[in-house]
Amino acid sequence: MSKIGFWLQRIAQLLIVLLLVTFGVSLLLRLIPVDLATILLPVGTEEERDILRNELGFDKGPIGYYLQWLGNFVQGDFGKIYFSGGTEEVSDHLKNAMPRSLLLMVYTQVLALAIAIPLGVLSAYRAGRRADKIISNTLFALSSIPNFAIALLLVIFIGVKFAWLPTLGYAPISDGVWEHFKHMIMPVISLSLGLIATYTRLLRADMIAALREDYVTMAASKGLSDRRILWRHVFRPSSMTLLTSAALSMGGLIGGAIVIESIFATYGVGFEVFAAIAGRQYVALQSTVAVIALFYVFFNLVVDISSGFVDPRTRDRRVNA
Amino acid sequence: MSSLLSIKQMSINFDTPRGSLEAVRGVDIEIPAGMSVGVVGESGSGKTVMCRAAMGLLQGSNVKRSGTVVFDGHELTAMSKEEVRNLFGSGMAMIFQDPMTALNPVRRIGSQLSEGLRVRLGMSKADALARSKELLELVRIPNAAAVLKSFPYQLSGGMRQRVMIAIAIACNPKLLFADEPTTALDVTVQAQILQLLRELREDLKMSMVLVTHDLGVVAGNTDYVAVMYAGEVVEYAPTTKLFADMRMPYTEALLESIPKIDHKSGTRLSMIAGRLPDPTDRGAGCSFAPRCKYAQEKCHKEHPELKQDPDGHQYRCWFPIGEAK
Repeated sequence: MSKIGFWLQRIAQLLIVLLLVTFGVSLLLRLIPVDLATILLPVGTEEERDILRNELGFDKGPIGYYLQWLGNFVQGDFGKIYFSGGTEEVSDHLKNAMPRSLLLMVYTQVLALAIAIPLGVLSAYRAGRRADKIISNTLFALSSIPNFAIALLLVIFIGVKFAWLPTLGYAPISDGVWEHFKHMIMPVISLSLGLIATYTRLLRADMIAALREDYVTMAASKGLSDRRILWRHVFRPSSMTLLTSAALSMGGLIGGAIVIESIFATYGVGFEVFAAIAGRQYVALQSTVAVIALFYVFFNLVVDISSGFVDPRTRDRRVNA
Repeated sequence: MSSLLSIKQMSINFDTPRGSLEAVRGVDIEIPAGMSVGVVGESGSGKTVMCRAAMGLLQGSNVKRSGTVVFDGHELTAMSKEEVRNLFGSGMAMIFQDPMTALNPVRRIGSQLSEGLRVRLGMSKADALARSKELLELVRIPNAAAVLKSFPYQLSGGMRQRVMIAIAIACNPKLLFADEPTTALDVTVQAQILQLLRELREDLKMSMVLVTHDLGVVAGNTDYVAVMYAGEVVEYAPTTKLFADMRMPYTEALLESIPKIDHKSGTRLSMIAGRLPDPTDRGAGCSFAPRCKYAQEKCHKEHPELKQDPDGHQYRCWFPIGEAK
């Protein structure tokens, strides 16, 4: 089978995953033992609720409702948020929240990988020696502190006591790069410390295993320096677990950074989910979860593609399979 | 006769949870320039460890080594890791036992082969790749240009071993360690690889240390043979002399355990009873005594030293074959 055919098949698989996820969420909403229209319009009249039921498809069966929602979703109509004064478009909220969450996710991953990769390589190279013990124990200690605790400590010391950085809010890049980063530094640090610990441990374990391989001795017998062996011969075959783990954590960072987004008032997608749940905005919740799932699946596809470059064996094995 | 490589009193111990594991015990081996020396012994006799230690390739904080290794006038054991490294490629090179695991799985053959040329000989990328193609042709790989762009898993075992030989000889080494180069291969491919090594050795005037557990491989491919048992050299002689007039009962037992083509069908395969002694607890006597059919009381109590006949034939036995038993 050709490579293009393989990727088409892979994308089709992911689309099916997306359909199943969104249908599952849709079904869960319908299983809530309350009248959705009453919740969305608590002070409306029965006629107004009937109109809403008809408009959103609540009067249809679960499948009919899902298809109507899906039809709107793919056309960019993510539904509305209902409150006593009127409605707001979910898509407007997401347009505002998504860049914040994506940037937060990207900065967190970049920082975590930039620190974890050298630490992982170093601690594998010096496995069992002092440097390795210091790195491993420090990271173990750090990873056992919950990220909101780190966030609060940062707020207290860096934000309040020394007043180096703003403790609340978000500034888009258009406000100036430094202004933007000033608001991002503390949330990014809070989110990345735990990831640094995980990534370092994964990379260390895989590199220690790879360092025992014959091809490492072979590389040494060619007269290469340790540095060249580590980076050119050991790092790449050892980075698959790290890559997979990074991909999996992306979904969590986009939608799951609720606590950190609340502490720093960054108001990203995680906060939107939280607000939708708290305000019983079920349509908004369904659409927001679907958008998170979409990004999650997209990043996993990207990692799938890049894993073929990291380890060509996986690429051809799948193509040949 | 001058020695290219001279190993004196090499001992290698590994610290293990069960105690110190003596992998190599007081080995003396001379590799004469231009010659090929076979190192024979069963699995666990210390052959591979000895070779890797000679090149300084044993890593790890649990390795204890002693003795001296002199290569081409350089005392390797007194040099820093970086200085020894500078002798790799153009001085010494190694072929590994298993071509399935000794090539990096995620890098193309071309980059693995040209890497040594670029790092050791300072060639440009284009020159190194051109030379790599010549090397692949030298080891009789058809369609060398395509193989350069392949990954190891796309090649057969025999092809990979040829690639490995090409990598080893890339910088014209004076001494080639071949650590069981044919063990992982089919019998027909084994013969081709041995033939190739023989020809390359003559063309490039290389010395070779051929490690194997197969006396048959040693017979046609080496000038001298060292037989190892339980981390020691137990017999050392010119190859023809060893086969004609062996002194060590272990060598005899090894040779007897090779099936012969003229054996009648149904003949029981002769084997050496028992197994290698525990490497963390070598007894007081001769290491081979518990398995030796000629063993006497003295063999179990006293450890024999390496004795030398006037003709240079060395053996480690109280009651060598050919003398009154």
